[in-house]
Amino acid sequence: MAYTIEVEGLRKSFGDRPVLAGIELQVAPGTVAALLGPNGAGKTTTVKILSTLLRPDAGRVVVAGVDVVGAPAEVRRRISLTGQHATVDEVLTGRENLVMMGRLRHLTKAVARERAQALLERFDLVEAADRRVSTYSGGMARRLDIALGLVDDPVVLFLDEPTTGLDPRSRRDVWDTVAELAASGVTVLLTTQYLEEADRLADTISVLADGRIAAAGTADQLKALIGGETVELVLPDEAALAAASALLVGGRVDGLSLHVRTDGTAAGVREVLEVVAGVPVLRVAVHRPTLDDVFLQVTA
Amino acid sequence: MSAYSKTPGPLLDVAVLLGRSLRHSARSVDATISAIVLPLLILCVFVFVFGGAIDRGGEYLTYVVPGVIVLCAAFGTASTAVAVNQDMTTGVIDRLRSLPVVGSAVLAGHVVASVVRNVVSTAVVVAVAVALGFRPVASLPDWLAVLGLLVLFMAGVSALSAAFGLLVSSAEAAGGLSFVLLFLPYVSSGFVPPETMPAVLRGFAAHQPMTPLIESVRALLLGTPVGSSAWLTVAWWGGFGVLGAVAAGLLFRRRAR
Repeated sequence: MAYTIEVEGLRKSFGDRPVLAGIELQVAPGTVAALLGPNGAGKTTTVKILSTLLRPDAGRVVVAGVDVVGAPAEVRRRISLTGQHATVDEVLTGRENLVMMGRLRHLTKAVARERAQALLERFDLVEAADRRVSTYSGGMARRLDIALGLVDDPVVLFLDEPTTGLDPRSRRDVWDTVAELAASGVTVLLTTQYLEEADRLADTISVLADGRIAAAGTADQLKALIGGETVELVLPDEAALAAASALLVGGRVDGLSLHVRTDGTAAGVREVLEVVAGVPVLRVAVHRPTLDDVFLQVTA
Repeated sequence: MSAYSKTPGPLLDVAVLLGRSLRHSARSVDATISAIVLPLLILCVFVFVFGGAIDRGGEYLTYVVPGVIVLCAAFGTASTAVAVNQDMTTGVIDRLRSLPVVGSAVLAGHVVASVVRNVVSTAVVVAVAVALGFRPVASLPDWLAVLGLLVLFMAGVSALSAAFGLLVSSAEAAGGLSFVLLFLPYVSSGFVPPETMPAVLRGFAAHQPMTPLIESVRALLLGTPVGSSAWLTVAWWGGFGVLGAVAAGLLFRRRAR
């Protein structure tokens, strides 16, 4: 099958500091892929290379069927980039921003105006359309920012940390927007440092750490990597911890907590508790594996 | 009918980005006020404050107006550095770079907008000078020549400013250029004749690139022989314009973040 984004052996250094040390990435058409990683992992650098802003040092990068080094201008016609900070023009109104972006993509004036109106409606910005963007809330500006990327039906949409700095409500708005985009068939590559966000939005997730893809797959595949559910036993002191660890062999110790694998059923949990019946346990919690666990494990 | 415009891409890009810059100018009230008021203040300071003390053996107003025109044009066009730098630090440049827009169009949009702004504020300065008693004897072709030289100068300073704006890391640093350009005209023939300056400054004042421009504007407006100063102006500022455009073009594509 032909991937919309294909990256092989991508390397990039700034001076003698390697930032990307051989990235592999494939994104299928019409899916949402997430690049997940902490600050400084190389997420933004990857997006900048894929969107032609930076040249790779080595490797093959094909976006929407076009090589980014060989024909960057062709790639730019097919993609749209929404950067880390809202790059909307605050002095102009929302509508003016959209029309300007359409004109810069060489649409006729009439078509640019039409698309602007349609996007204002789609992104719930009609009421604010003719106000300056400096009066918008963070969420509105971010919605406009994403809308600006859609003026000319891109094949691939890059969203670099689309919800960083947004309040929870605005974040939810952006999530809904991305979900809708995915449903409309556009291929989306987003970067995020929020595991919840990747879990919720992305079909496939690549965990980026120290310039490499540390793990990749669907959210479920990644969670399966670290096994099933665990019971956490919080103990009052070292002596109790030692006693509990002796009874439950193979558990993982974390401070005064002991994590033990379980199948998540009531019977399974009861079984664990019965084994430690003689040890004072302060608190019990059942954990489903989260992407945080995956993240901590693969980046450890 | 195609959804795409038939206008060649680069021309359309320049027109769209020019529109954007002019909207910015029109909407930033403080910038517009300073672009108009500052030149007038400078003119009044020279005419009414210093004018009485500087004896040129003639009307000082007549002598100083060309200098003030150039000073204001230099100061005004240097703001291009700040505008370009803001586009860079706010990510607008990155966004434009990810579009099928040629880099030179982004630059040209800023430069043309700066020229338009400054032609307007120059017109205000000239109008007020005339109201104060400045009596140019220039014919229409002379006026057009003055306009042409000033536009060339404004475009040259704007292109250099754009390159400077791409080079420095903050708007504050970019703003510093305005002050350099605000002081440079003082060490020229614009306000006092270079012969009255100490030897160290005299050579610089007589030959620095703003001097032939000021001399040309003065000669054209007052009907005295222009001599070689017009060609020197074209050579200096045409050269700076090309230099600035090439540097800004390279910086625009190379700039990593």
